[in-house]
Order: sequence, then C-alpha cells, then structure tokens
Amino acid sequence: MEHALTATPAWVSLAYLIAGVLFILALRGLSSPETSQQGNRYGMIGMVIAVATTLIVHGVGLPLILAAVAIGGGVGYVIAQRIQMTAMPQLVAGFHSLVGLAAVLVGVAAFLNPVAFGIADLIHVAVHFPGVQIDPTPVGTIAIIHPASRVEMGLGVAIGAITFSGSVIAFLKLNGNMGGAPILLPARHVINLGTLVAILALIAYFTTDQSAWVFFTILVLSFAIGFLLIIPIGGADMPVVVSMLNSYSGWAAAAMGFTLQNTAMIITGALVGSSGAILSYIMCTAMNRSFISVIAGGFGGDAAGPAGASGPAKAYKRGSAEDAAFVMKNAESVIIVPGYGMAVSQAQHALREMGDLLKKEGVNVKYAIHPVAGRMPGHMNVLLAEANVPYDEVFELEDINGEFAQADVAFVIGANDVTNPLAKTDKTSPIYGMPVLDVERAKTVLFVKRSMGGAGYAGVDNPVFYMDNTMMLLADAKKMVETINKDLG
Amino acid sequence: MEHLIPQLSIFVLACFVGYYVVWSVTPALHTPLMAVTNAISSVIIVGALVAASAATGGSEISRWLGLGAVVLASVNIFGGFAVTQRMLGMYKKKEKKVAAGK
Repeated sequence: MEHALTATPAWVSLAYLIAGVLFILALRGLSSPETSQQGNRYGMIGMVIAVATTLIVHGVGLPLILAAVAIGGGVGYVIAQRIQMTAMPQLVAGFHSLVGLAAVLVGVAAFLNPVAFGIADLIHVAVHFPGVQIDPTPVGTIAIIHPASRVEMGLGVAIGAITFSGSVIAFLKLNGNMGGAPILLPARHVINLGTLVAILALIAYFTTDQSAWVFFTILVLSFAIGFLLIIPIGGADMPVVVSMLNSYSGWAAAAMGFTLQNTAMIITGALVGSSGAILSYIMCTAMNRSFISVIAGGFGGDAAGPAGASGPAKAYKRGSAEDAAFVMKNAESVIIVPGYGMAVSQAQHALREMGDLLKKEGVNVKYAIHPVAGRMPGHMNVLLAEANVPYDEVFELEDINGEFAQADVAFVIGANDVTNPLAKTDKTSPIYGMPVLDVERAKTVLFVKRSMGGAGYAGVDNPVFYMDNTMMLLADAKKMVETINKDLG
Repeated sequence: MEHLIPQLSIFVLACFVGYYVVWSVTPALHTPLMAVTNAISSVIIVGALVAASAATGGSEISRWLGLGAVVLASVNIFGGFAVTQRMLGMYKKKEKKVAAGK
C-alpha cells in the first residue's frame, strides 16, 4: 500500500491559514459601515493568497486556467456592475447556485480522479476488481478512496446539489420567472423526508462500496430534494430561504475542505455556514415562526393572492398627495416605513427626495426598518443607501419602535404585515407574536398602497387602514411620492 | 483518519468564530454580508484548480469538470466582491455631505 498524498509543505498550510484569517476579518469589518470596505479588501487579499498558493503547489497549466478565470471573472464583474439594487435578492440566489454547482463539479472530479486529490490509496492487485471503475486505474492497480473521504465527498456533493437546485428555484421565484405562490405537492412531507433519509443511507453505504452508481444516485436525489424543498415556500418567506441557501453553500464548501484537507476552505465554510444560519434565525424570529414551519412551506403567496379582505367593506379615509404633503410639511417629525412595495416600484430615490424636501421645511425625518421588510436580510437598507439616504437616519425596529408615540406622521410605503397591530393582540391571527412596528401610535398614519384589495402576504387584514387617524394614499408608490414631492416643492 | 481530528478542531472553532463575528455585524449590512460570504465561499475554487490541473494524470473528464468549476467559482469571486464593494460604497454618513450619486 502506498500513500498517494505527498506531504504538504509547511508554508502552504500557513498560507491557507492566513487566507482563512483574512476571511474572518472580512466579516469582522461589516460590524460598521466605516470598516466594511477595508474588510472587503481583506477578503479579496485572502482569495488571492488561496488561489496563488494552489496554483504554485499544483503547477497548474496556466493558459487554460487563466482563460477560465477571465471568462468567469469577466462575467461576474459585469453582472456586479450592472445589477439593479432592487434585484439583489435574485442575484445572491443566483450566485449561491453557482457555488453549489461548483462544489458538485469538484466533488465529481474528485470521485473520478481521487489520487490527484490525495484521498485514495493505490493498491496493487493481480486481478481486476469487478465493479470498480475509478481513474486512473493502471493495470493491476486500483484506487481505494479513504472511507472518511467518501463521507466528506458524499456530504459535499449532496449539500452542493441541494444548494444548486434550491437556489435555482429561489432565483426563478425572486426574479418573477416563476410565481411566488407556494406549490404544494400531495404527501410532500413524506416524499421529502424519504428522500433525505435515502441520501443519508446511501452516504453511509458509500463507505463500504465506492461504486459509481452509489455516488451518482446521491447526486441525483440531492438535486431533487433541493428542488422539492424550495417549491412549496412562498415569496414572502424568501428572506429565510435565501439565508438558508447561503448557509448551505458554506457547509458544502466546508465538506469539500475536509475532502481536500484545506484549512482555508474549512474555515470559510464554517464562517459562511454559521453566517447563513444566524441570518435564517434572525429572519425567523422577526416573523415569529419556527425554522421548521418555514421549511415545511405552504405559507404566503404574493400580495395578489385570493386571500383578500373578506366580509363587508370597511370604511377608510382616502387622501390625496396634496393632503399628505400638507400634513407632513406641518409635522415636526416623520418616520418613514419602507417595505417590499417600495422596492417593486423603485421608489427609493423619490423617497429620499421627499425626505430632503421635508428636512428643508425643518421636519425631523427618520426611517424605520423591519428585519423582514423586503426579500432578503438588509434589503431595505441597501436600497436606501443606494438612494443616498445617510445610514444614521435609518433605524432598526427595536431602536425606533418607542418613537412612534411621539411622531407626528408615520409614512408607510409598500409595507403592510410588519405594521399590523393584530400581531400584538389577536391570538388567532397567523402573524400573532411577530414583532411589528407600532405605526398606529403616530398622530397620523399615511399609508401608501396600490389598492385596498389584497392584504399582505399573510392574507391578514390590517386594522391600521381603518383607523380615524389613517389616511390611505392609493397609488403606485413611486408615482405617489413623486406627486407629493411636487406639492412639497 | 489521522487528518480528521485536527481538521474537525479547526472546523468547530471556526464555527464559534463565525457565530460571534456574524452577530456583531450590523443589521444594516446584512445584504452585503450575504454577498461577501457568497464571494468567500467560492474559495472552493481551490478544489476546482486541483481538479483542473490533475498533474497526476488521470481522467480527462475530471480535468474538464475542474475547469468548469473554475469558471463558475470565478463568476462568484469577481461578482461577489465587486457587488459587495459597490454596495458598501453607497453607505454614507450624514455629516459628510458627499455629492455622489447619479
């Protein structure tokens, strides 16, 4: 028996370790906007070190590799420069799918050529083993993949495949190529659980039998389960899904890191995996839902769903842009509450203009962001930043919720369920227990909404619409704000 | 097997580091956080490069798969870091009256 892996030089291990530490610093930088750009540069340096080290150690045929990097890098860079900020959720989902697919390709490559990855022992044999088709298989020699590596590889390709197919579905839903409404198969829980169990069982069996059929069945089942897991999840639960897939892409990288015995990959995988897991947790808490119930799916289509307000139509006050401008001009403080509707109608720039006009009138303007506003964590913050809203005017739920009681105006634009007071009082409501913004405490609530039909994603009517101090501004968010700006200016 | 324990130690400790570092990320930067984690998870390119080089000879398919993975991971690395940089450049403080924008 001979060990195929030549010992790794110490400097190589150190280089990968340094890359890993730089990735930690990249995330650390994000603790404040001031340090964030420096952090991002640490991340880039870490990546250069990791790639350069690998190129040197493995003596890679450079021209072909450079061509591959140039093609991929060029495409990625152009996309990154051109993408609209409102499309960030689908971009991130799309990128996750690529990480997943890359993990799968690396896993398959490692399976086909385990000796190159140093995860197999060459055994010289007189007879050819039937059923073992591993390359390279010189006559009389077969490559036996280490059992531990088989588990790592199996897990790596399984998670990678789930990340890939799941992210593709998430991308299609977020990009509008596929309806946001949950698609519910009968007996889906049984099918999903069965598939998961089958994948785990096959990975266990893979340690005893390294046949190609085992490996590729794991792969196919994993692609299927990623698809099955995401199709029943509705559009509004996408913040959790995107975070979860983020987490999976990390675990896939970590599993491949174990296979390759690469410190940088293991550290990064652990970082990304826990990052996505924490974001999923934050999103679930912000909706007062358990992770399991989100994953089980079936909750929440899009606002256009049939679950509109039932029963007799209730009375509400409708206002005009002129009224809104008048109320806000005479206010001392205005708190703006943006939601997904603002992103859909691209109203962030007009909104910032409105804020500027109000500030000129001496009004104190602040923004209040609910953690699940939008389609991914922090979505609203990026859009407001894009529109040049200073980040110190933007506040998180727990920091600003006490201020609504003193505010003259709460200006709700494109948000709904996150302002619904039923979440605090109505135990039968599907959103009961979800932390909400107390907009109803403001002296006046201005509620920008496309029309009175169609409740929020949860299909729950919002009592704020019918309050005496609420004025409904029924129009497209951007058009409404632009008209208000004309009246203010 | 002898490699497994040190690797597992690194992994577990890195999970803890990740836990504390990510909780300290300000919620306003959660979107850039996702973009940058996406970029760094493309460190999987290391595996892709090994497969693409496959100096030990071996299967042609394996090499092309590796090359394909290099392309995909490169999209992510360049795209992920670039879009993160672009987003982070937008976050401005009130005091600094910068006339950036369109």
